Amino acid sequence: MNLNETTVTKDFHLEEPLAPKQTRLEEFWLLFGQNRLAIMGLLIFILFFCCAIAGLFLTSGSKPIFDPSLIRLEEKLRPPFSKPNLDLLEPNQVPTLNFYLMGTDDLGRDVFARMLQGAWVSLTVGFVAVGISVLIGIFMGGIAGYFGQHYIKIDHILWTLFLVSGTGLVLLDVTLSGAALLLLCLAYIVYVVLTRHRSRKKAHSSWRAMLHTNAVSVDTLIMRIVDIMLCFPSFFLILTVVAILPASIYNIMIVIGLTSWMGTTRFVRAEFLSLREQDFVAAAKALGIGNFRIIFRHMMPNAVAPVLVSATIGIASAILTEAGLSFLGFGVPPPNATWGNILSGGKNFIFDAPWLTFIPGITILIVVLSFNLFGEGLRDALNPKLRERH
Amino acid sequence: MNSKNRNNHIILCVKDLKKYFPIRRGFLQKISGWVKAVDGVSFEIERGKTMGLVGESGCGKTTVARLILKLLALDQGKIIYQGLDISGFSEKEMRPHRKEIQIVFQDPFGSLNPRMTVGQSVEEGLRILGIKSHTMRKARLEKLMEMVGMSPDSTDRYPHEFSGGQRQRIGIARALSVEPSFIICDEPISALDVSIQAQIINLLKDLQDQLGLSYLFISHDLNVVGYLCNTIAVMYMGQVMEYASAEEIFDNPHHPYTQSLLAAIPDSGPGKKLEPTLLKEDAFDSSAALQGCKYRSMCSIEAPRCRKEQVLFEKIGEGHFARCWKAMKK
Ligand SMILES: Nc1ncnc2c1ncn2[C@@H]1O[C@H](COP(=O)(O)OP(=O)(O)OP(=O)(O)O)[C@@H](O)[C@H]1O
Ligand code: SF4
Ligand SMILES: [Mg+2]
Repeated sequence: MNLNETTVTKDFHLEEPLAPKQTRLEEFWLLFGQNRLAIMGLLIFILFFCCAIAGLFLTSGSKPIFDPSLIRLEEKLRPPFSKPNLDLLEPNQVPTLNFYLMGTDDLGRDVFARMLQGAWVSLTVGFVAVGISVLIGIFMGGIAGYFGQHYIKIDHILWTLFLVSGTGLVLLDVTLSGAALLLLCLAYIVYVVLTRHRSRKKAHSSWRAMLHTNAVSVDTLIMRIVDIMLCFPSFFLILTVVAILPASIYNIMIVIGLTSWMGTTRFVRAEFLSLREQDFVAAAKALGIGNFRIIFRHMMPNAVAPVLVSATIGIASAILTEAGLSFLGFGVPPPNATWGNILSGGKNFIFDAPWLTFIPGITILIVVLSFNLFGEGLRDALNPKLRERH
Repeated sequence: MNSKNRNNHIILCVKDLKKYFPIRRGFLQKISGWVKAVDGVSFEIERGKTMGLVGESGCGKTTVARLILKLLALDQGKIIYQGLDISGFSEKEMRPHRKEIQIVFQDPFGSLNPRMTVGQSVEEGLRILGIKSHTMRKARLEKLMEMVGMSPDSTDRYPHEFSGGQRQRIGIARALSVEPSFIICDEPISALDVSIQAQIINLLKDLQDQLGLSYLFISHDLNVVGYLCNTIAVMYMGQVMEYASAEEIFDNPHHPYTQSLLAAIPDSGPGKKLEPTLLKEDAFDSSAALQGCKYRSMCSIEAPRCRKEQVLFEKIGEGHFARCWKAMKK
């Protein structure tokens, strides 16, 4: 059959679409725009974003415009908007704005500069941690939802166990037994690959048959891991891990990310399970499109809406977690300022210098609230089932 | 006609297809029974012809379609496409043959990806065909849209901007994009208005004439099937009850179920209506369904033999098969 040779018979007029042309984005904005709180959340979010970026440039470098770690012992605990005492300060200690916008702390450091620096820390912690958790969540959820019905065989478990324990032993400097385990694993994989063709036709001997029995389905395995992870109160899990690891901002991001992917996994899995049964996915399979393209081109765009929403709200909770960790002294090590450790430093002077508590506290509140409002607005605008309610 | 010639002539042959779905119950998800969604389906489709598959809702028509497309693994039986036995093919082995068989779905709203423009959806197929150049794909795309009666500027619109009939046309364009020789139409018109149904039927007929396509046309409406199809298979509870040419089915039906379906067609007289209780017969009770005729609780001429013995799908005339003791005796 050749399409080029056939002529088109036009005994009917060509059909035009009915609805006026409107992209999904326009439709989304229309719905989103009706939600005032969400718009406010978005605006605050943008403001926060700009502050954080500005904060990075203004407070870093060898001669920053706002120096968050400059100590002026003569000027400690000055309230917001107070003028510096120029007689006591050296020229390089004079604050950039010529007054202390948010006061100074117990070491005479400019709180405004410290808040700016903290904004960048909060932003990166929020985004990187959520980025990690979303990536893991999409990956795990996608596998559970799309390949969930496949079974893991006992031999798979066995050689993963060898591999993991072997690597672990090598890393722990027990090189000899570690290498032995790794070799064993390698030998087993080679053996499996070599006998693959034969084993299909020939009947298995009993121990090989046992190795090939289905142990657990991929879906069950992943979802039970999720359940187990959810059993731990995550803040204390993070606290434990952070107490073991050296304190650094990167460790905190990674740990927050690694302990918060479960929600995304559940969302993505649920979406994939229902998408997999949809006709357009069946049509894509019937066309002969590969699994990879079906997952990423056809299913993922339909599954990202809830992920986006949970990610936005996840950023808020990551910022909160980081602040909590820093407050307890497990967070980003000094002299780096974060909102959490400004808050924690301020608690000793809550009656003498309440601004040290209230400024970071209220900022955290506003930012977290705006993220949550924005996230909920997103959910309402993206979820077609909620559309009718507006 | 000698057998080799005849085989050449048959595009799809399905033999005794079976697919049971497990029913899982309880905490441990133990299998407590089986839904015999497809339990003995055999038919042949000639090249360039249309076969109708009729049966009530839930009798397993869509499952047959998914089995033929290899979207579901079959439990038993053979699918022979153009002389090639594809029933044992793995996903990998099947991929190069995928584009030969396409499907048009019942639900025009679920069959197009809501996040892709119509053009992108149809273009997926052109990619599979291996057309690398963007301009060539574009030209082909417009040609396809025109063939199904859509204006070429609708390609950058999203599915929600179209009506059901238009989406069905787009679904047909997508199926045609990989240049298949065989298309399964799974109730393509039952979700549409009567006026639009005729348009889609005519479009399918035109395309068949132009491109020499073969169709498996699934429907629950004997009227439409009679108009469009050369041969008809009547299905009941996962089994083909009768299979013959359209004229034979209409003029000389042997199986009591076919007879009752024909009697239920409104314009052929005030025949007896099928009761909705029809569906209630224990489709899930495997022990009862194990032996005897599945239609016996509805059958007016049931005999003791129908209860005890497995009824076989037997030839009762030239190209006419039925699954009924009485029909065989005739
Ligand atoms: N994935 C599945 N798991 C379990 N049971 C299934 C599955 N798919 C279909 N079934 C069952 O198989 C039977 C046949 O379903 P099928 O969709 O093939 O019917 P149908 O003839 O296409 O009906 P309709 O005319 O309503 O489209 C039904 O009883 C259905 O519940
Ligand atoms: S086999 Fe018996 S019960 Fe079944 S359709 Fe024929 S006569 Fe009726
Ligand atoms: Mg169906």
